[in-house]
Amino acid sequence: MNTEKQYCTFFVKDLLCGIEVAHVEEIVSESCVSQAPLAAGTVAGLVNRRGAIVTAIHMGRQLGLPDDDKPRSLTTIFVRSRDETLGLVVDAIGDVLSVRLQDFEPPPASLQGVAREIIIGAYKLPERLLLPLNLHKIT
Amino acid sequence: MVSIWRNLKAAWSSRVASEFADLSSPIKEKPVPSDIDIVDELIKEFLNESRENLDRLDTNLVELEKSPGDQELLADIFRTIHSIKGTTGFFGFHRLESLAHAGENLLARVRDGDLLLNPAITTILLETVDAIREMLATIETTGSDGETDYSSLIARIASLQETQPPPESTCAVQPEPPAKKGRRKPSSRTKPVAKLPQSSASQAQTCEPGSAEPKTAPTLEKRSAEIPHESGEADSAIRVDVPLLDRLMDLMGELVLTRNQIIQMVAGQQDSALLAASQRLNLVTSEMRETVMKTRLQPIQNVLGRFPRLVRDLALACGKRVRIETYGQDTELDRTLLEAIRDPLTHAVRNAVDHGIEAPDVRAAAGKPPEGCVTLRAQHEGGFVHIEISDDGRGIDPDAIRRKAIERGFITSDQADRMRPEDLVQLVFEAGFSTAEKVTNISGRGVGMDVVKAKIGSIGGSVDLHSILGQGATLRMKIPLTLAIIPALIVQSARLRFAIPQVHLLELLRLEYEGAQHAIEMVHGVPVYRLRGDLLPLVFLRRELHQSDEGVRYAKNGYPWFADSLTITVLQVEGRQFGLVVDEVHDCEEIVVKPLGRHLKGIPAFAGATVMGDGGVALILDITGLAQGAQLFDEPRTSAVRSTSNTTVDENAGHTQKQELLLFLTANNRRTAVALNHIERLEEFHASQFERAGLKLVVQYRGELLPIVNLSEQTDLIRESGRDSSVQVLVCRHKGEPLGVVVDQILDVVEEPVCMEERWKDTLSAGSAVIQERVTDFVELETMLNSANGQGPFAYRFEDGEIAP
Repeated sequence: MNTEKQYCTFFVKDLLCGIEVAHVEEIVSESCVSQAPLAAGTVAGLVNRRGAIVTAIHMGRQLGLPDDDKPRSLTTIFVRSRDETLGLVVDAIGDVLSVRLQDFEPPPASLQGVAREIIIGAYKLPERLLLPLNLHKIT
Repeated sequence: MVSIWRNLKAAWSSRVASEFADLSSPIKEKPVPSDIDIVDELIKEFLNESRENLDRLDTNLVELEKSPGDQELLADIFRTIHSIKGTTGFFGFHRLESLAHAGENLLARVRDGDLLLNPAITTILLETVDAIREMLATIETTGSDGETDYSSLIARIASLQETQPPPESTCAVQPEPPAKKGRRKPSSRTKPVAKLPQSSASQAQTCEPGSAEPKTAPTLEKRSAEIPHESGEADSAIRVDVPLLDRLMDLMGELVLTRNQIIQMVAGQQDSALLAASQRLNLVTSEMRETVMKTRLQPIQNVLGRFPRLVRDLALACGKRVRIETYGQDTELDRTLLEAIRDPLTHAVRNAVDHGIEAPDVRAAAGKPPEGCVTLRAQHEGGFVHIEISDDGRGIDPDAIRRKAIERGFITSDQADRMRPEDLVQLVFEAGFSTAEKVTNISGRGVGMDVVKAKIGSIGGSVDLHSILGQGATLRMKIPLTLAIIPALIVQSARLRFAIPQVHLLELLRLEYEGAQHAIEMVHGVPVYRLRGDLLPLVFLRRELHQSDEGVRYAKNGYPWFADSLTITVLQVEGRQFGLVVDEVHDCEEIVVKPLGRHLKGIPAFAGATVMGDGGVALILDITGLAQGAQLFDEPRTSAVRSTSNTTVDENAGHTQKQELLLFLTANNRRTAVALNHIERLEEFHASQFERAGLKLVVQYRGELLPIVNLSEQTDLIRESGRDSSVQVLVCRHKGEPLGVVVDQILDVVEEPVCMEERWKDTLSAGSAVIQERVTDFVELETMLNSANGQGPFAYRFEDGEIAP
């Protein structure tokens, strides 16, 4: 049985999050996000990805992190979620990491709120924790 | 059919050794071909082509019925059925083959002049086409030609060949008639014909496959010999998957964007070769874009082609004589739209035949030719496709509509009296309305025109009905060319761009700041603009989209959202107009409509999004959704309020009364009108005369207390006017109770018909109207009296006022 998983990692504020590489379609460092009024707060806007219009998700707000005004990076990870491509706007891109399944632990009970829906648990890396995200819970 | 034959030939030659033996042997079950993929592909192609051919058969058969002598047509029909038969034999669909074969035999007899084409034969041939179509559908889903038993149909076909004796010769087994000039006719075909009359119906079915099989090989050879004859036409068209075209369209958009970027980059360069190359790129891209867009268009014939058959069948079923004439079949339309108009059009044609055209004797009595005519006309006009379905039948009787509408409770008889006949006719678009005297199985169940209207509306089109009693009715549909690419006006609101579909756009207004200050008038907080005498409700895009008010200046009369100038786009939706105030107007562009993802799909104000020339994204505004969001249209019935003439105004939109009115200004400059017959006199009171009775403001007047109402909500009249000044008060009497209304200035007494627009009705005014070209609020004494007595909405305003020190 396969005991390793590969994650594409990225930073949202100082959280190290990861998405299984299989779900990642593309990473664009400076994408042009057009605002979408009336949309939910977690929607950063719309991105033109080679002619297809993709909804960009503000990952900080998606994870319920406090919103600060300083200009955030426009690094966008295009992922496949529920038969639709979404752009995840993150603060910085990390490496692609291989993690061992035995290092996984479910989230602590005290993890509450919106984040609990999305954060599947934590991989205990030697230096820090990698939080794998459930793409299908992104709303 | 030709290309499939060519492919078949290729497949054929590759396994000619093994297969040929199978085919020419009388074995019924053909082994599954080894190369499954090729065969699947071939079957798919066969299905596609057959379907088209069957559609053509429908038309051709109906045509043939009209001109039975047309040998060309007959030959064409024969060829189609024959090649279906041949191919199905090749694939081993023997049920289908035997059916096609039976049909072919019957046709052969007609062609050879043994039988005369009559309605019975045409009907059964059409039935055969239907059965083949059904079987093809089964093949598509299950891969086999199904279990349905068509033996009775085949038997009926066979019996038709017997029942009508050949005109010249009674000999069933006659020698093959002399071949018609240059027409290919393998001798084998006549064999089963000769055999059939002798065999019983049930035998016919079982013997068919066997007898057909040996013929397949010669048939193929014959077909291949025919190929040069038709190949020129066939080679000019190929089949392409629609998703592939869509992808092409996406990539095209991308190419356009890249082109734009390159042109911007090159603009400052000196290199003339580079400039020339980019110029070429520019031109080629533009042309390519147009061409790619065209690939999505299909001629409307694809839909209209079905109607001759439909009309024939319907006419037979209703016992009427109807012919159909079509014009502009080449008019092209986006394929998705074509799909969408199929049902509404069919419905309209059914209606025309079933309800419109009269029975032959009725027509004759009315002095019309016994044969009715349904005319279909399609044409391009101003970026739209106009389709007209007209009949020369009885037309629509406004009186019948009127009776029905009242009976069903759509309108009251009062309302009906005020409606013009043309308007009455439009009632057929109401849901659940049907005037058919009796419910037939063709139409008349009351789900009809409303569905047509809804469906056409959903693709951005409109429907219109005209009728002249006794002379016929015409249904006009206006349909956008394509949904994928629409002309749109790009506007800006708080640094974001939005696209307004041009269908909704009537005109653009731009008012410079000084003018803008006074251009907007308020109807109790609702901004309106006077457009050539009519009140145009305004909607502010920034406000609707909850955008920031950065860069916005506020007007004196309190209404915000003015930039340096005021740009109003006058829009129309569902027959009503409103003005959408935007920051700026950019160009009109053809935009490619893209769907929105799940996060934005539910927002009614947006219909989609598009990629702009610079690569940015602009949302496409859903004008209907926007108008509803702004609560512009809350009334159930749609009707434009166009009251310039003040004569015919829809009941629900406002009412026209002629009355004597007193016009006055309130302290906050609202033009207000009150009915003159309630007013007793105009009095002047000194500010010190105002007193307080409980929460009420009163004046002692002729031995009674006169409650005072101040219509200027924000103004404390005592403070404003100063202790020493005097206040003008209208003394009114309503149902015996006195009331004083504070006015700032009396303007005029007018007697004119007033079109009151009740949608402006609110707690304070009963409505608004344009009087002497100015927006004027109406007040009703009853409301004010209640207020003065502390029950109304603005009585409390006096609580805060410092009336008595």
